[in-house]
Amino acid sequence: MSFDPSCPVPVPGELIGLAHGGGGRATWRLLHELVLPSLGVADGAASHDAAELAVPAGGRLAFTIDASVVRPAFFPGGDIGRLAVFGAVNDLAAAGARPLALALSLVLEEGLPRDTLRRVLESIAAASRIAGVRVVTGDTKVVDRGNGDGIYTSVAGVGVIAAGLDVGPHRIRPGDAVIASGDVGRHGVAILSVREGFDFDAAVESDCAPVTGLLDALLAAEIDLHCLRDPTRGGLSATLHELALDARVAIAVREVDIPIDPRVAAACDLLGLDPLAMACEGRLVAVVPPEHAARAVAALRARPDGATAGVIGQVGDGPPGRVVATTQLGTRRVLDFAASEQLPRIC
Amino acid sequence: MKHVDEYRDRPRAIALARAIDEVATRPWRIMEVCGGQTHAIARFGLEELLPTRVSLLHGPGCPVCVTPAETLDHAVALARRPEVVLCSYGDMLRVPGSTIDLRTARAEGADVRVVYSALDALALARSSPEREVVFLAVGFETTAPGHALAVHQARREGLRNFSLLVSHVLVPPALEAMLADDDRRVDGFLAAGHVCTIMGASEYEPVARRHRVPIVITGFEPVDILHGIQLCVAQLEAGRAEVENAYPRAVRPDGNPHARAMIREVFEVRDRRWRGIGEIAASGLGLAAAYAAFDAERKFGLVATPAADPDRGCRSGLVLVGKLRPPECPEFGTRCTPDHPLGATMVSSEGTCAAYYRYRRPA
Repeated sequence: MSFDPSCPVPVPGELIGLAHGGGGRATWRLLHELVLPSLGVADGAASHDAAELAVPAGGRLAFTIDASVVRPAFFPGGDIGRLAVFGAVNDLAAAGARPLALALSLVLEEGLPRDTLRRVLESIAAASRIAGVRVVTGDTKVVDRGNGDGIYTSVAGVGVIAAGLDVGPHRIRPGDAVIASGDVGRHGVAILSVREGFDFDAAVESDCAPVTGLLDALLAAEIDLHCLRDPTRGGLSATLHELALDARVAIAVREVDIPIDPRVAAACDLLGLDPLAMACEGRLVAVVPPEHAARAVAALRARPDGATAGVIGQVGDGPPGRVVATTQLGTRRVLDFAASEQLPRIC
Repeated sequence: MKHVDEYRDRPRAIALARAIDEVATRPWRIMEVCGGQTHAIARFGLEELLPTRVSLLHGPGCPVCVTPAETLDHAVALARRPEVVLCSYGDMLRVPGSTIDLRTARAEGADVRVVYSALDALALARSSPEREVVFLAVGFETTAPGHALAVHQARREGLRNFSLLVSHVLVPPALEAMLADDDRRVDGFLAAGHVCTIMGASEYEPVARRHRVPIVITGFEPVDILHGIQLCVAQLEAGRAEVENAYPRAVRPDGNPHARAMIREVFEVRDRRWRGIGEIAASGLGLAAAYAAFDAERKFGLVATPAADPDRGCRSGLVLVGKLRPPECPEFGTRCTPDHPLGATMVSSEGTCAAYYRYRRPA
């Protein structure tokens, strides 16, 4: 799809109004003058209420949806558009699927500057290009002022799981190696710092990125992938607990082997937060047979986005759902499965 | 991070643990006062490294845990007033008063906001002259200077829409109360390093002398804590009872005179009720007469009536004074979890029960 330069450029300062969600002429103009051009969809390519997709031969379909309500909508390393696209793409990747097509739903608040919408849409287009997928259908609604926070995005994704690939917690076995594709906790710290106005010496950028390339690398190396997850809210700790509960196994990790950016560690120390429970948005956790672990790590490390990948622990046959960590001091502790959002300590 | 790693260094920690093992000939019970230290002890599994002769008791130093229910009732009542913005540290939102917590009040429509400092609340008061901004001022001597500064600043600027709901507590009277107990369990204390960064060491001297108890000013990293334990055990074995500074990189003998002067300017010592423990004489701070205009209780005519104990059936009072370890409580991890806390020590992230649940819970 090529961008059509003859489309009217939005006038900065113009605001989204309720009429833009009314289904009439204003909606039609918003779609054709702003949404489709910004997404890079040629006029006429989106004339149906639903998109048609060719059914892939052999493989199975994976289907997912991811809503983004992040505040603020723009943050170091990403924005609400990029986050929504990679959220859906990464959920597909965790099911072992390559993305086939995306659907985009926008909920806009009356008074949102059109320019903000344009920036989010262009970011969605750029993120889709990076992930090798397109937005093929969508919907736009407008809520009256005060009933939204500027913009909410939802992206649904359909993906294809290659024939013969079986990835899921049911395949996790005691003895399997647990691999993390990179350092954890960046997204949470990036959002927290911009939201609360913390001015750390060096800004931490979100790790917001697609993990499809990491999946491709593991598949190309013919790793027998037992299970994949992309840690998001709740961080690495929540992901490990989910895996341990779903597969009815115990997991043991070593803290010294879990990569954490020094700035993330410092910020968490300062605020009394656990970096293992801070959100990620571009990381993959892979559970593989022990004999495949070294090759899997090598395949990930060959990519820039997997440069710090490593084995962080093992699956054990201890009490189901239990996740323990060996600390820096060589002692053991259970990993926290936070009840809700992390709250800083006060003294 | 190099600086912190140095204090989480495995060989150093093991060497200290070995030194403690060598010096301890008898059973000793050492209490760390601060919730931050309790958290680090649980997080890093320090009790695994110690000889069984040396046991750690966890103290009352979590301000969230000891804030009485009536203060939270007042906070909820204020938050429900349409003109009020109630500002609080995040941890306080989940602590129940005698009816509900601030989080529930917020869900019901009250304007409750989480801030990281009293100065954030002050800035809000400045920018929202049509609202009444109330800051829930809890904490030990560590947070008092910042809270005092905010009030001092508000008076200088002539701000009339800013006030404090104060529930400040002090460490030394709490130590005295535990030492005066007929059923005294504590042989030695690790005092909280950051409290002493403000207050210095001198106010602990009379406590150590009067009760013949060693008090070691201790930091918060694993190596700091083990070093504090080592010095404390060495004193006990030698029959000494002194105030000793194991945290000289942060604590000077006279503390921070400017911060202390600010506390003295704005606050005065008052009797305080401690949740789970009860009334302790001269154990808290309230706003001094010159700053009464910034006292939310006065400003909004709140009457201090002791609320019914909302932690009925919970043994957090025993946990707070080191008489019960969380795993010994039959409710721990079963009926009482961070999702369904029975008492404040399970609510706060620095509470002893929460620290044990988070890092030490059984399968």
